Amino acid sequence: MSTQAAPAEFHPRWFRKRVSTWWWLGEWHYLKFILRELSSIAVAWFVVLTLFQLRALLHGAEAYARFTLRLQSPLMIALNAIAFCFVLFHTITWFNLAPRAMPVRMGGKRVPEFLVAAPNYALWVVVSVFVGWLLLRTP
Amino acid sequence: MADKIVLEIARYEPDRDQIPRFQSFEVPFRKEWVVLDALNYIKDKVDGTLTYRWSCRMGICGSCGMMVNGEPKLTCATFLSAYGRDAKVRVEPLRYFPVVRDLVTALSDFLVKLQKVKPWLIRHDEIPLAAGEYLQTPEQLDLYKQFSMCINCTLCYAACPVVGLDQDFVGPAALALAQRYNLDNRDQGSEERLGTLAHHDGIWGCTFVGECTRVCPKHVDPAGAIQQYKLKAALDWVKSFVLPRGHEDHREDRRKEAA
Amino acid sequence: MEYAAHKPSNEAGFWLLFSAGGVVAAVLIPIHLFLFGLAFPLGWLPQPSYEYLLSLARSPIAKLYLFVFCALPLFHWAHRFRFTLYDGLQVKHLNEVIFTFCYGGALLGTVLAAHLLWKI
Repeated sequence: MSTQAAPAEFHPRWFRKRVSTWWWLGEWHYLKFILRELSSIAVAWFVVLTLFQLRALLHGAEAYARFTLRLQSPLMIALNAIAFCFVLFHTITWFNLAPRAMPVRMGGKRVPEFLVAAPNYALWVVVSVFVGWLLLRTP
Repeated sequence: MADKIVLEIARYEPDRDQIPRFQSFEVPFRKEWVVLDALNYIKDKVDGTLTYRWSCRMGICGSCGMMVNGEPKLTCATFLSAYGRDAKVRVEPLRYFPVVRDLVTALSDFLVKLQKVKPWLIRHDEIPLAAGEYLQTPEQLDLYKQFSMCINCTLCYAACPVVGLDQDFVGPAALALAQRYNLDNRDQGSEERLGTLAHHDGIWGCTFVGECTRVCPKHVDPAGAIQQYKLKAALDWVKSFVLPRGHEDHREDRRKEAA
Repeated sequence: MEYAAHKPSNEAGFWLLFSAGGVVAAVLIPIHLFLFGLAFPLGWLPQPSYEYLLSLARSPIAKLYLFVFCALPLFHWAHRFRFTLYDGLQVKHLNEVIFTFCYGGALLGTVLAAHLLWKI
Protein backbone atom coordinates (compact mmCIF):
# COMPACT_ATOMS: atom_id res chain seq x y z
CA MET A 1 0.00 0.00 0.00
CA SER A 2 1.49 3.34 -0.97
CA THR A 3 1.99 5.92 1.75
CA GLN A 4 0.92 8.73 -0.51
CA ALA A 5 -2.82 8.97 -0.82
CA ALA A 6 -4.18 10.20 -4.11
CA PRO A 7 -7.71 11.08 -5.17
CA ALA A 8 -9.60 8.36 -6.98
CA GLU A 9 -10.70 8.70 -10.58
CA PHE A 10 -13.84 10.83 -10.27
CA HIS A 11 -12.72 12.63 -7.16
CA PRO A 12 -12.55 16.45 -7.09
CA ARG A 13 -9.11 18.01 -7.33
CA TRP A 14 -7.33 18.37 -3.98
CA PHE A 15 -5.19 21.42 -3.26
CA ARG A 16 -1.67 20.76 -2.04
CA LYS A 17 0.33 23.76 -0.88
CA ARG A 18 4.04 23.52 -1.60
CA VAL A 19 6.21 24.06 1.49
CA SER A 20 8.45 27.08 0.91
CA THR A 21 12.24 26.89 1.30
CA TRP A 22 11.75 29.67 3.86
CA TRP A 23 9.31 27.68 5.95
CA TRP A 24 11.52 28.17 9.00
CA LEU A 25 11.10 31.95 8.91
CA GLY A 26 7.33 31.66 9.10
CA GLU A 27 7.12 31.07 12.83
CA TRP A 28 9.20 32.03 15.86
CA HIS A 29 9.19 28.41 17.09
CA TYR A 30 10.54 27.17 13.79
CA LEU A 31 13.22 29.87 13.78
CA LYS A 32 14.25 28.96 17.31
CA PHE A 33 14.56 25.35 16.21
CA ILE A 34 16.75 26.21 13.21
CA LEU A 35 18.95 28.46 15.38
CA ARG A 36 19.37 25.56 17.76
CA GLU A 37 20.41 23.33 14.90
CA LEU A 38 22.77 25.99 13.54
CA SER A 39 24.49 26.11 16.93
CA SER A 40 26.23 22.95 15.78
CA ILE A 41 28.21 25.15 13.40
CA ALA A 42 29.55 27.13 16.36
CA VAL A 43 30.49 23.81 17.97
CA ALA A 44 32.36 22.66 14.88
CA TRP A 45 33.99 26.11 14.57
CA PHE A 46 35.50 25.85 18.02
CA VAL A 47 36.74 22.31 17.42
CA VAL A 48 38.49 23.53 14.27
CA LEU A 49 39.96 26.40 16.28
CA THR A 50 41.17 23.87 18.84
CA LEU A 51 42.81 21.84 16.06
CA PHE A 52 44.69 24.98 14.98
CA GLN A 53 45.62 25.56 18.60
CA LEU A 54 47.02 22.03 18.88
CA ARG A 55 48.97 22.53 15.69
CA ALA A 56 50.42 25.79 17.02
CA LEU A 57 51.38 24.01 20.27
CA LEU A 58 53.13 21.39 18.20
CA HIS A 59 55.10 23.92 16.14
CA GLY A 60 56.71 25.73 19.06
CA ALA A 61 56.46 28.83 21.20
CA GLU A 62 56.61 31.41 18.37
CA ALA A 63 53.95 29.60 16.41
CA TYR A 64 51.76 29.54 19.50
CA ALA A 65 52.42 33.21 20.14
CA ARG A 66 51.31 34.00 16.58
CA PHE A 67 48.19 31.91 17.12
CA THR A 68 47.32 33.77 20.33
CA LEU A 69 47.87 37.08 18.58
CA ARG A 70 45.46 36.13 15.80
CA LEU A 71 42.83 35.30 18.40
CA GLN A 72 42.99 38.91 19.57
CA SER A 73 41.93 40.43 16.25
CA PRO A 74 38.53 42.16 16.35
CA LEU A 75 37.16 39.76 13.74
CA MET A 76 38.11 36.70 15.78
CA ILE A 77 36.76 38.22 18.98
CA ALA A 78 33.48 39.00 17.26
CA LEU A 79 33.21 35.51 15.76
CA ASN A 80 34.04 33.88 19.06
CA ALA A 81 31.55 36.07 20.93
CA ILE A 82 28.82 34.99 18.53
CA ALA A 83 29.98 31.38 18.72
CA PHE A 84 29.90 31.58 22.51
CA CYS A 85 26.25 32.70 22.47
CA PHE A 86 25.36 29.83 20.17
CA VAL A 87 27.28 27.31 22.26
CA LEU A 88 25.49 28.47 25.41
CA PHE A 89 22.21 28.14 23.54
CA HIS A 90 23.19 24.58 22.64
CA THR A 91 24.04 23.72 26.24
CA ILE A 92 20.82 25.10 27.68
CA THR A 93 18.53 23.55 25.06
CA TRP A 94 20.43 20.26 25.31
CA PHE A 95 20.07 19.95 29.09
CA ASN A 96 16.44 21.00 28.95
CA LEU A 97 15.52 18.50 26.25
CA ALA A 98 17.65 15.49 27.22
CA PRO A 99 15.29 14.36 30.04
CA ARG A 100 12.56 13.74 27.46
CA ALA A 101 14.51 10.80 26.07
CA MET A 102 14.88 9.18 29.46
CA PRO A 103 11.80 9.35 31.65
CA VAL A 104 12.93 8.75 35.22
CA ARG A 105 10.55 7.03 37.56
CA MET A 106 11.02 6.81 41.29
CA GLY A 107 8.54 5.11 43.57
CA GLY A 108 6.28 4.53 40.57
CA LYS A 109 5.90 8.23 39.78
CA ARG A 110 7.51 10.30 37.08
CA VAL A 111 10.26 12.62 38.32
CA PRO A 112 9.64 16.20 37.08
CA GLU A 113 11.91 17.19 34.22
CA PHE A 114 13.74 20.05 35.88
CA LEU A 115 14.94 17.64 38.56
CA VAL A 116 16.36 15.39 35.87
CA ALA A 117 17.97 18.35 34.11
CA ALA A 118 19.44 19.81 37.32
CA PRO A 119 22.27 17.26 37.76
CA ASN A 120 23.37 18.01 34.18
CA TYR A 121 23.67 21.69 34.99
CA ALA A 122 25.50 20.84 38.20
CA LEU A 123 27.95 18.64 36.31
CA TRP A 124 28.48 21.43 33.80
CA VAL A 125 29.33 23.94 36.52
CA VAL A 126 31.66 21.55 38.34
CA VAL A 127 33.53 20.54 35.20
CA SER A 128 33.81 24.13 34.01
CA VAL A 129 35.21 25.26 37.34
CA PHE A 130 37.72 22.40 37.25
CA VAL A 131 38.86 23.23 33.72
CA GLY A 132 39.09 26.90 34.65
CA TRP A 133 41.18 26.11 37.70
CA LEU A 134 43.44 23.81 35.68
CA LEU A 135 44.12 26.48 33.06
CA LEU A 136 44.43 29.43 35.41
CA ARG A 137 46.61 28.02 38.15
CA THR A 138 49.99 28.62 36.44
CA PRO A 139 49.93 31.53 34.06
CA MET B 1 -25.27 47.34 19.56
CA ALA B 2 -24.03 43.74 19.84
CA ASP B 3 -20.29 43.14 19.61
CA LYS B 4 -19.02 41.57 16.46
CA ILE B 5 -15.81 39.86 15.43
CA VAL B 6 -14.49 39.21 11.94
CA LEU B 7 -13.42 35.77 10.82
CA GLU B 8 -11.33 35.34 7.67
CA ILE B 9 -12.00 31.86 6.46
CA ALA B 10 -10.20 29.93 3.75
CA ARG B 11 -12.52 28.79 0.98
CA TYR B 12 -11.71 26.28 -1.69
CA GLU B 13 -14.26 24.89 -4.09
CA PRO B 14 -12.43 22.55 -6.47
CA ASP B 15 -14.91 23.03 -9.32
CA ARG B 16 -14.47 26.80 -9.23
CA ASP B 17 -11.13 27.63 -7.57
CA GLN B 18 -7.60 26.87 -8.64
CA ILE B 19 -6.22 27.93 -5.28
CA PRO B 20 -7.87 28.70 -1.94
CA ARG B 21 -9.14 32.24 -1.28
CA PHE B 22 -10.27 34.02 1.87
CA GLN B 23 -13.77 35.16 2.70
CA SER B 24 -14.60 37.48 5.60
CA PHE B 25 -17.56 36.89 7.86
CA GLU B 26 -18.81 39.00 10.72
CA VAL B 27 -20.13 36.96 13.63
CA PRO B 28 -21.47 37.94 17.06
CA PHE B 29 -18.75 38.20 19.66
CA ARG B 30 -20.09 36.14 22.58
CA LYS B 31 -17.69 35.59 25.44
CA GLU B 32 -18.57 31.91 25.82
CA TRP B 33 -18.25 31.15 22.12
CA VAL B 34 -15.47 29.11 20.60
CA VAL B 35 -14.34 29.28 16.98
CA LEU B 36 -16.51 26.24 16.22
CA ASP B 37 -19.58 28.14 17.43
CA ALA B 38 -18.69 30.94 15.02
CA LEU B 39 -18.35 28.46 12.15
CA ASN B 40 -21.70 26.89 12.99
CA TYR B 41 -23.27 30.35 13.14
CA ILE B 42 -21.92 31.13 9.67
CA LYS B 43 -23.12 27.84 8.26
CA ASP B 44 -26.58 28.19 9.82
CA LYS B 45 -27.22 31.87 9.18
CA VAL B 46 -24.86 33.25 6.55
CA ASP B 47 -23.39 30.74 4.12
CA GLY B 48 -24.56 27.15 4.17
CA THR B 49 -21.87 26.06 1.73
CA LEU B 50 -19.08 26.47 4.31
CA THR B 51 -17.65 22.98 4.76
CA TYR B 52 -15.77 21.69 7.81
CA ARG B 53 -15.56 18.70 10.13
CA TRP B 54 -16.76 18.68 13.71
CA SER B 55 -18.50 16.31 16.07
CA CYS B 56 -18.28 16.14 19.85
CA ARG B 57 -17.59 19.87 20.40
CA MET B 58 -15.79 18.96 23.60
CA GLY B 59 -12.22 18.11 22.61
CA ILE B 60 -12.36 14.32 22.51
CA CYS B 61 -13.27 13.28 18.96
CA GLY B 62 -10.38 15.07 17.22
CA SER B 63 -12.47 16.14 14.20
CA CYS B 64 -12.39 19.94 14.36
CA GLY B 65 -8.67 20.65 14.04
CA MET B 66 -7.88 23.77 11.97
CA MET B 67 -5.26 26.51 11.74
CA VAL B 68 -6.43 29.51 13.73
CA ASN B 69 -4.16 32.53 13.19
CA GLY B 70 -1.45 30.20 12.03
CA GLU B 71 -1.62 27.83 15.00
CA PRO B 72 -3.05 24.30 14.87
CA LYS B 73 -6.01 24.28 17.24
CA LEU B 74 -9.13 22.34 18.07
CA THR B 75 -11.76 24.90 17.13
CA CYS B 76 -14.10 23.56 19.81
CA ALA B 77 -11.49 24.44 22.42
CA THR B 78 -10.41 27.86 21.13
CA PHE B 79 -12.34 30.78 22.56
CA LEU B 80 -13.12 33.85 20.45
CA SER B 81 -12.41 35.96 23.50
CA ALA B 82 -8.78 34.88 23.34
CA TYR B 83 -8.46 37.05 20.23
CA GLY B 84 -10.24 40.22 21.27
CA ARG B 85 -13.05 41.78 19.29
CA ASP B 86 -10.86 43.98 17.14
CA ALA B 87 -8.59 41.14 16.07
CA LYS B 88 -9.09 39.30 12.82
CA VAL B 89 -9.37 35.56 13.30
CA ARG B 90 -7.96 33.64 10.37
CA VAL B 91 -9.26 30.10 9.98
CA GLU B 92 -7.58 27.72 7.56
CA PRO B 93 -7.47 23.95 7.05
CA LEU B 94 -4.72 22.07 8.88
CA ARG B 95 -1.32 22.64 7.34
CA TYR B 96 0.63 19.99 5.42
CA PHE B 97 -2.46 18.05 4.38
CA PRO B 98 -4.15 18.19 0.95
CA VAL B 99 -7.30 20.31 1.05
CA VAL B 100 -10.44 18.61 -0.22
CA ARG B 101 -12.77 21.57 0.18
CA ASP B 102 -12.84 24.71 2.37
CA LEU B 103 -11.60 23.58 5.79
CA VAL B 104 -11.66 19.84 5.14
CA THR B 105 -8.34 18.00 4.74
CA ALA B 106 -7.64 14.62 3.18
CA LEU B 107 -6.67 12.31 6.02
CA SER B 108 -6.07 9.11 4.07
CA ASP B 109 -2.29 9.60 4.20
CA PHE B 110 -2.36 9.79 7.98
CA LEU B 111 -4.57 6.71 8.23
CA VAL B 112 -2.21 4.70 6.04
CA LYS B 113 0.71 5.69 8.26
CA LEU B 114 -1.25 4.91 11.40
CA GLN B 115 -2.06 1.44 10.14
CA LYS B 116 1.60 0.85 9.28
CA VAL B 117 2.68 1.07 12.92
CA LYS B 118 0.12 -1.58 13.97
CA PRO B 119 -1.53 0.35 16.79
CA TRP B 120 -3.19 -2.64 18.45
CA LEU B 121 -2.20 -5.29 20.97
CA ILE B 122 -0.17 -7.96 19.22
CA ARG B 123 -0.01 -11.35 20.91
CA HIS B 124 1.95 -14.36 19.73
CA ASP B 125 0.18 -16.62 22.17
CA GLU B 126 -3.36 -15.97 23.25
CA ILE B 127 -4.09 -16.95 26.83
CA PRO B 128 -7.17 -19.16 27.05
CA LEU B 129 -10.30 -17.43 28.37
CA ALA B 130 -10.39 -19.75 31.34
CA ALA B 131 -7.09 -18.29 32.55
CA GLY B 132 -8.82 -14.93 33.12
CA GLU B 133 -7.86 -11.33 32.31
CA TYR B 134 -4.43 -9.87 31.58
CA LEU B 135 -3.38 -8.19 34.80
CA GLN B 136 -1.77 -4.78 34.85
CA THR B 137 -0.64 -2.81 37.87
CA PRO B 138 -1.06 0.99 38.07
CA GLU B 139 2.72 1.33 37.55
CA GLN B 140 2.54 -0.73 34.36
CA LEU B 141 -0.36 1.41 33.15
CA ASP B 142 1.56 4.57 33.96
CA LEU B 143 4.34 3.55 31.57
CA TYR B 144 2.17 4.07 28.48
CA LYS B 145 -0.92 5.92 29.66
CA GLN B 146 0.16 9.35 28.49
CA PHE B 147 0.64 8.09 24.93
CA SER B 148 -2.77 6.43 24.96
CA MET B 149 -4.52 9.80 25.29
CA CYS B 150 -4.11 10.58 21.59
CA ILE B 151 -7.37 11.48 19.83
CA ASN B 152 -5.92 11.37 16.30
CA CYS B 153 -6.73 15.04 15.75
CA THR B 154 -3.56 15.45 13.60
CA LEU B 155 -2.72 18.87 15.08
CA CYS B 156 0.78 17.48 15.59
CA TYR B 157 1.08 16.74 11.87
CA ALA B 158 0.13 20.32 11.11
CA ALA B 159 2.81 21.52 13.51
CA CYS B 160 5.68 19.26 12.44
CA PRO B 161 7.87 20.74 9.68
CA VAL B 162 9.24 17.29 8.79
CA VAL B 163 5.70 16.17 7.94
CA GLY B 164 5.52 19.08 5.53
CA LEU B 165 8.95 18.45 4.04
CA ASP B 166 8.87 14.66 3.76
CA GLN B 167 5.65 13.05 2.58
CA ASP B 168 6.79 9.63 3.74
CA PHE B 169 7.54 10.60 7.34
CA VAL B 170 5.32 8.47 9.57
CA GLY B 171 4.68 11.39 11.88
CA PRO B 172 4.27 12.19 15.58
CA ALA B 173 0.89 10.66 16.44
CA ALA B 174 1.55 7.35 14.71
CA LEU B 175 4.96 7.04 16.36
CA ALA B 176 3.57 7.92 19.78
CA LEU B 177 0.79 5.37 19.37
CA ALA B 178 3.30 2.71 18.35
CA GLN B 179 5.19 3.46 21.53
CA ARG B 180 1.93 3.23 23.51
CA TYR B 181 1.65 -0.36 22.44
CA ASN B 182 5.35 -1.14 22.74
CA LEU B 183 5.26 -0.08 26.38
CA ASP B 184 2.07 -1.98 27.20
CA ASN B 185 2.98 -5.13 29.11
CA ARG B 186 0.17 -7.04 27.38
CA ASP B 187 1.74 -6.43 23.97
CA GLN B 188 4.27 -8.72 22.29
CA GLY B 189 4.62 -6.82 19.03
CA SER B 190 7.75 -4.65 19.51
CA GLU B 191 9.76 -6.68 17.02
CA GLU B 192 7.06 -6.39 14.38
CA ARG B 193 6.91 -2.64 14.70
CA LEU B 194 10.68 -2.24 14.61
CA GLY B 195 10.94 -2.24 10.83
CA THR B 196 8.50 0.64 10.45
CA LEU B 197 9.75 2.62 13.41
CA ALA B 198 13.55 2.28 13.26
CA HIS B 199 13.62 3.56 9.70
CA HIS B 200 14.56 6.89 8.15
CA ASP B 201 10.86 7.59 7.55
CA GLY B 202 10.12 6.54 11.11
CA ILE B 203 11.84 7.84 14.22
CA TRP B 204 15.05 8.72 12.41
CA GLY B 205 13.22 11.32 10.35
CA CYS B 206 12.39 13.22 13.52
CA THR B 207 14.72 16.09 14.43
CA PHE B 208 13.06 16.85 17.78
CA VAL B 209 11.61 20.19 16.77
CA GLY B 210 9.14 19.67 19.60
CA GLU B 211 6.23 21.52 18.00
CA CYS B 212 4.08 18.40 18.06
CA THR B 213 4.20 18.28 21.85
CA ARG B 214 3.54 22.00 22.13
CA VAL B 215 0.31 21.92 20.13
CA CYS B 216 -1.08 18.61 21.38
CA PRO B 217 -4.43 19.27 23.09
CA LYS B 218 -4.21 16.04 25.12
CA HIS B 219 -0.62 16.47 26.35
CA VAL B 220 0.50 13.23 24.77
CA ASP B 221 4.08 14.46 24.25
CA PRO B 222 4.76 12.62 20.97
CA ALA B 223 8.25 14.17 20.83
CA GLY B 224 9.07 12.48 24.13
CA ALA B 225 7.72 9.16 22.86
CA ILE B 226 9.90 9.39 19.76
CA GLN B 227 13.08 10.32 21.64
CA GLN B 228 12.49 7.45 24.07
CA TYR B 229 12.12 5.08 21.18
CA LYS B 230 15.29 6.45 19.57
CA LEU B 231 17.22 5.58 22.70
CA LYS B 232 15.71 2.10 22.81
CA ALA B 233 16.36 1.50 19.11
CA ALA B 234 19.93 2.74 19.49
CA LEU B 235 20.59 0.40 22.41
CA ASP B 236 19.01 -2.45 20.44
CA TRP B 237 21.32 -1.65 17.55
CA VAL B 238 24.36 -1.82 19.80
CA LYS B 239 23.09 -5.07 21.28
CA SER B 240 22.62 -6.55 17.83
CA PHE B 241 26.40 -6.40 17.37
CA VAL B 242 27.27 -7.70 20.80
CA LEU B 243 24.63 -10.43 20.93
CA PRO B 244 23.61 -11.32 17.38
CA ARG B 245 20.97 -13.72 18.62
CA GLY B 246 19.84 -11.31 21.33
CA HIS B 247 16.58 -10.45 19.62
CA GLU B 248 15.25 -13.96 19.43
CA ASP B 249 16.09 -14.67 23.07
CA HIS B 250 14.44 -11.36 23.95
CA ARG B 251 11.22 -12.54 22.34
CA GLU B 252 11.23 -15.77 24.35
CA ASP B 253 11.67 -13.84 27.61
CA ARG B 254 8.87 -11.41 26.82
CA ARG B 255 6.48 -14.22 26.08
CA LYS B 256 7.22 -15.80 29.43
CA GLU B 257 6.95 -12.43 31.14
CA ALA B 258 3.58 -11.49 29.78
CA ALA B 259 2.02 -14.94 30.19
CA MET C 1 6.91 -1.14 3.20
CA GLU C 2 7.04 -4.58 4.78
CA TYR C 3 8.31 -5.50 8.18
CA ALA C 4 12.09 -5.61 7.81
CA ALA C 5 14.64 -7.77 9.56
CA HIS C 6 15.28 -7.65 13.30
CA LYS C 7 18.23 -5.33 13.04
CA PRO C 8 17.32 -1.64 13.43
CA SER C 9 18.59 0.86 10.85
CA ASN C 10 22.24 1.93 11.07
CA GLU C 11 20.95 5.43 11.53
CA ALA C 12 20.97 4.47 15.22
CA GLY C 13 24.78 4.54 15.24
CA PHE C 14 24.94 8.07 13.87
CA TRP C 15 22.36 9.19 16.38
CA LEU C 16 24.43 7.75 19.24
CA LEU C 17 27.48 9.64 18.00
CA PHE C 18 25.37 12.78 17.71
CA SER C 19 24.11 12.37 21.27
CA ALA C 20 27.54 11.68 22.75
CA GLY C 21 28.95 14.64 20.84
CA GLY C 22 26.11 16.79 22.06
CA VAL C 23 26.86 16.00 25.68
CA VAL C 24 30.60 16.66 25.27
CA ALA C 25 29.89 19.92 23.46
CA ALA C 26 27.35 21.03 26.04
CA VAL C 27 29.54 20.34 29.05
CA LEU C 28 33.03 21.22 27.82
CA ILE C 29 32.90 23.70 24.99
CA PRO C 30 31.42 26.72 26.82
CA ILE C 31 34.31 27.04 29.31
CA HIS C 32 37.00 26.36 26.70
CA LEU C 33 35.49 28.85 24.26
CA PHE C 34 35.02 31.44 26.99
CA LEU C 35 38.62 31.19 28.14
CA PHE C 36 40.53 30.73 24.89
CA GLY C 37 38.17 32.69 22.66
CA LEU C 38 37.28 35.64 24.88
CA ALA C 39 38.84 35.86 28.37
CA PHE C 40 42.48 35.27 27.39
CA PRO C 41 42.59 37.31 24.14
CA LEU C 42 40.75 40.20 25.81
CA GLY C 43 43.01 40.06 28.85
CA TRP C 44 40.20 39.45 31.33
CA LEU C 45 42.17 36.56 32.80
CA PRO C 46 45.91 35.73 32.75
CA GLN C 47 46.94 33.51 29.88
CA PRO C 48 48.54 30.15 30.64
CA SER C 49 52.10 29.99 29.32
CA TYR C 50 53.08 28.00 26.26
CA GLU C 51 55.26 25.68 28.36
CA TYR C 52 52.46 24.97 30.78
CA LEU C 53 49.93 24.23 28.05
CA LEU C 54 52.41 22.01 26.25
CA SER C 55 53.14 20.05 29.42
CA LEU C 56 49.39 19.65 30.01
CA ALA C 57 48.78 18.52 26.44
CA ARG C 58 51.53 15.93 26.67
CA SER C 59 49.94 13.97 29.52
CA PRO C 60 48.09 10.83 28.34
CA ILE C 61 44.88 11.77 30.13
CA ALA C 62 44.86 15.18 28.49
CA LYS C 63 45.46 13.61 25.08
CA LEU C 64 42.48 11.34 25.55
CA TYR C 65 40.40 14.28 26.79
CA LEU C 66 41.40 16.44 23.84
CA PHE C 67 40.74 13.63 21.37
CA VAL C 68 37.23 13.12 22.70
CA PHE C 69 36.80 16.90 22.85
CA CYS C 70 37.59 17.22 19.14
CA ALA C 71 36.10 14.03 17.70
CA LEU C 72 32.68 13.69 19.26
CA PRO C 73 31.41 17.27 18.80
CA LEU C 74 32.42 17.05 15.13
CA PHE C 75 30.16 14.05 14.70
CA HIS C 76 27.47 15.96 16.57
CA TRP C 77 27.81 18.78 14.02
CA ALA C 78 27.86 16.31 11.11
CA HIS C 79 24.54 14.73 12.08
CA ARG C 80 22.75 17.95 12.94
CA PHE C 81 24.01 19.85 9.93
CA ARG C 82 23.13 17.01 7.60
CA PHE C 83 19.49 17.12 8.77
CA THR C 84 19.44 20.92 8.69
CA LEU C 85 20.46 20.81 5.02
CA TYR C 86 17.82 18.16 4.26
CA ASP C 87 15.02 20.04 6.02
CA GLY C 88 16.08 23.66 6.00
CA LEU C 89 17.12 23.85 2.39
CA GLN C 90 15.09 20.91 1.14
CA VAL C 91 18.05 19.61 -0.78
CA LYS C 92 17.22 15.96 -0.22
CA HIS C 93 18.26 15.10 -3.74
CA LEU C 94 21.85 15.85 -2.72
CA ASN C 95 21.66 13.04 -0.16
CA GLU C 96 24.98 11.37 -0.86
CA VAL C 97 26.88 14.64 -1.28
CA ILE C 98 25.64 16.01 2.03
CA PHE C 99 26.30 12.74 3.81
CA THR C 100 29.87 12.57 2.54
CA PHE C 101 30.57 16.22 3.27
CA CYS C 102 29.30 16.00 6.83
CA TYR C 103 30.58 12.67 8.06
CA GLY C 104 33.65 12.88 5.88
CA GLY C 105 34.45 16.24 7.39
CA ALA C 106 33.98 14.89 10.89
CA LEU C 107 36.19 11.91 10.13
CA LEU C 108 38.87 14.19 8.68
CA GLY C 109 38.83 16.34 11.81
CA THR C 110 39.05 13.27 13.99
CA VAL C 111 42.05 11.94 12.08
CA LEU C 112 43.75 15.34 12.26
CA ALA C 113 43.16 15.52 16.00
CA ALA C 114 44.60 12.05 16.49
CA HIS C 115 47.63 12.94 14.35
CA LEU C 116 48.33 16.21 16.16
CA LEU C 117 47.87 14.70 19.61
CA TRP C 118 50.12 11.80 18.70
CA LYS C 119 52.93 14.15 17.73
CA ILE C 120 52.63 16.62 20.60
